[in-house]
Amino acid sequence: MQNNQENALEARDISFRYDKKSPWILEGYNLKLSVRERTALVGPSGCGKSTLSKLLSGYERPEKGEILWKGEPLPKTGYCPVQMIGQHPEQAVNPRWKMEKILRECWDPEEELLEKMGIEKEWMKRWPIELSGGELQRFCIGRALGPKTEFLICDEISTMLDVITQAQIWQVLLEEAEKRKMGMLVITHNRSLAERVCNRIVEF
Amino acid sequence: MEERQSNPVLQVKDLSISFSMYDQGMAKHDLEVIHQLSLTVRRGEILAVAGSSGSGKSLLAHGILGILPKNAKMEGEMAFCGQKLEPSLLENLRGKEIAFIPQSVEYLDPLMKVGKQVIGRGKKSERIRRQEKMKQVFERYHLEPSAADLYPYQLSGGMARRVLIAGAVLDQPKLMIADEPTPGLQEELARETIQNFRELAEAGCGVLLITHDIDLAMELADRIAVFYGGTILEIAPVEDFSAEGANLRHPYSRAFLQALPQNEFCPIKGSQPYAGNLPKGCLFADRCPYRREGCQEEMEMRALRGGEVRCRYAE
Repeated sequence: MQNNQENALEARDISFRYDKKSPWILEGYNLKLSVRERTALVGPSGCGKSTLSKLLSGYERPEKGEILWKGEPLPKTGYCPVQMIGQHPEQAVNPRWKMEKILRECWDPEEELLEKMGIEKEWMKRWPIELSGGELQRFCIGRALGPKTEFLICDEISTMLDVITQAQIWQVLLEEAEKRKMGMLVITHNRSLAERVCNRIVEF
Repeated sequence: MEERQSNPVLQVKDLSISFSMYDQGMAKHDLEVIHQLSLTVRRGEILAVAGSSGSGKSLLAHGILGILPKNAKMEGEMAFCGQKLEPSLLENLRGKEIAFIPQSVEYLDPLMKVGKQVIGRGKKSERIRRQEKMKQVFERYHLEPSAADLYPYQLSGGMARRVLIAGAVLDQPKLMIADEPTPGLQEELARETIQNFRELAEAGCGVLLITHDIDLAMELADRIAVFYGGTILEIAPVEDFSAEGANLRHPYSRAFLQALPQNEFCPIKGSQPYAGNLPKGCLFADRCPYRREGCQEEMEMRALRGGEVRCRYAE
């Protein structure tokens, strides 16, 4: 239990493959993340960065090893303190829900946050199919910023955005991270972005 | 250089694309997604169209190639090497003089071996010639000769992408349209692909590169067209994008450049207008720091300092 702040989220010796016959994607991988830091993870495509983020946020379970949150295994039920925002917002929303319901699935974001994120009131009444990828991603980010979120994993969250929106959204995310002492793992192939938003860079 | 100037490979004038969409029941309305877009690709140059994803850039490529879905309507004029680009002419040129690298690897036929897809249809002698050519091209893109005997599902994402590129560069095309050709490729290979585009251009091919990756565009292109809200706001030589963009013409292009993480990383408020709800006049007006009365009026593309801009007040 010592050093909980320093190693809030930890991957300990994890191995993972998608089924018993396929090759290992991660083998004996270790990573320690603190809530005080924003860590960037950079590496070539197809090396398992996205798989790692799914493991760290509890969407997949490692076959060997464990994911620890403050020294305990990641909770299996209830709100997960580690939230992930993915690369493909259109795959992360329920196509049969309107945007309002999607956004408020687990908390009620305040108006101020929505405004800062550039989410227009008029979008709330629309279906996901009626919004562009960049617009949907703002909802996905807003949705993940609930008060119980303590660690955020951002897997290429701004690749589909134009650079102005990218800057806009990162400004909000960095502000929130500072205010709430929220740790972050940022996966990106854009080195200038990694250097800009993170204080530690890890090569995968 | 003289020759390049006078030799447009592709000219697009006032292109608009709209989709007919169902409202309630049988009621339909048209949603215009590309508005009065004009551009010219010259011989031996790379023109990059840069803008955010979901803003209709791919539709531009599909429009030029005539592969839009049936509920799409296209207006405007296009010419290839000075000839009016009619559907019949297009059909003859497509896959030969006009090559296309699609954005998604899902464009491969899942039920056909990739070698056969790269070679394509044609007379037997033609197919044999192309098969020889394919071997060379595969080697250049680090594809095993045996890869030709695989089905698309047996390829990794990077390999599938290389197959698409190999198919496009097989014959020396006069016009290459590449829609986000590099994501999913490792850095080295991405670099090599880029190098290949350069070589194609050197050999006289005109390249239209559609990308959301402005870094790629700045590294590779000769001119960059800045795409916003379904049209082009500015076309400028690539040099104008360096030095903080002081030489750029449109306020959006400058805001765009300042928002890059390697520059100020500083955003401006608001968001791109939705295709169904466009403001009158300048599409950027509601976010523009220099907005004036006249910005509400119709805006046309005009030439300015060696580039083009869709802004009344740019100097």
